[in-house]
Amino acid sequence: MARALVNVPKMARQGEVVEIKAMIAHPMETGYRIGPNGSNIPRDIIRRFACSYNGEEVFSADLFPAVSANPFIAFTLVATTSGTIDFTWTDDVGKIQTASAMITVN
Amino acid sequence: MHALWPLAAVGAAAICGIVSAAGIEDGEERSGVDFMTPETQALQADDMSNPGMLWVLQGEQLWQQAEGRADVACAGCHDDASQTMRGVAARYSAFDAATERPIDLAGRINSCRAERQQAEPLAPESDALLALTAYVAHQSRGMPITPATDARLAPFRDNGRRLFQSRIGQLELSCASCHDDDWGKRLGGSVIPQAHPTGYPLFRLEWQTVGSLQRRLRNCMIGVRAEPLDLELHLTERARGLLVETPAVRP
Ligand code: HEC
Ligand code: HEC
Repeated sequence: MARALVNVPKMARQGEVVEIKAMIAHPMETGYRIGPNGSNIPRDIIRRFACSYNGEEVFSADLFPAVSANPFIAFTLVATTSGTIDFTWTDDVGKIQTASAMITVN
Repeated sequence: MHALWPLAAVGAAAICGIVSAAGIEDGEERSGVDFMTPETQALQADDMSNPGMLWVLQGEQLWQQAEGRADVACAGCHDDASQTMRGVAARYSAFDAATERPIDLAGRINSCRAERQQAEPLAPESDALLALTAYVAHQSRGMPITPATDARLAPFRDNGRRLFQSRIGQLELSCASCHDDDWGKRLGGSVIPQAHPTGYPLFRLEWQTVGSLQRRLRNCMIGVRAEPLDLELHLTERARGLLVETPAVRP
């Protein structure tokens, strides 16, 4: 079950710069911490975040162990056409979590 | 483990010598939110950047999910939480007739899980229990805290008040020394709030996750493990009239 919050304006004017926000619940375990039993807590982080607009990738980011838990990413896009904005978060083992939102452009 | 003791040691000289102020006057009650930096306040105020909302969202999903041998969801009996759960968190904890003891919101949720859904109870501080509790409490956001007036709770609440005022530990500090008498002053790096449980479960930046009031109390002081629910009843009574904030954000 993906626990992600994405915020995309429902409506925008053609050519408008819109702010997109995305946050996912994730421990972002660095791999450097020692657990209660004295052994390292295995690393478990989101490595890549990407956003596509009607199927075309328009924003991406590589994430590293220094990023805090529940990474929150905000960026802007130019609204061109109505459609779907998809978000993907890929973790260390390649597992992908997704979310999406619709935008109406007029 | 985080404890306030190291901080307390730093602040002890400043705190202990002070003759008690009058405590919190009527109308002076202030949520912890008022003592935070503008950045942390902004994080709480915007549902899109408040990480606690991730747990509320998970709680909403769990609310709909059939569980246990009864194979029924919370929604199966309680339907639309925004109607049926509105105001519930604002008056918890309640008296549990079955155990003849106070029960907090998470405890009530777990009892529904065990008895009504016939499922394994959720572990304390598990994401699932925090998520359901945050979701239910979120339905009361913005409502004033109005603790239940059930007379059967009185002895427990009185015990909570006694605990709050008892001086314990090497520094001879009580919860009241800080939270009634010295609120608003600085202790090490942080401002001492009035300790009102307005926003639980809440996201603590220090924890990097959501936690319950019980967890907060465990962190705040060692030595009061005995009757945390009693203490919770007293805290809620002190906070009467303040608004529910769940999910709050705290440093
Ligand atoms: C089979 C029906 C049933 C299911 C399923 C069920 N409940 Fe309940 N719940 C009840 C009844 C009946 C009460 C009131 C009586 C009582 O206190 O036990 C109640 C009481 C409550 C209360 C206290 C309300 C108040 O006003 O004090 C909460 C909170 C609650 N349930 C949450 C949940 C949650 C969360 C779930 C899912 C994990 C759930 N319930 C599943 C039947 C159910
Ligand atoms: C030495 C002073 C001191 C003592 C004694 C103390 N606290 Fe605190 N308490 C603090 C400080 C400082 C904070 C805020 C910490 C922070 O922001 O990191 C705090 C925070 C809290 C909070 C969180 C409030 C919120 O807005 O969520 C609660 C609840 C609380 N304390 C309850 C208690 C209880 C109950 C006791 C007694 C068992 C107690 N405290 C004893 C200094 C103290």
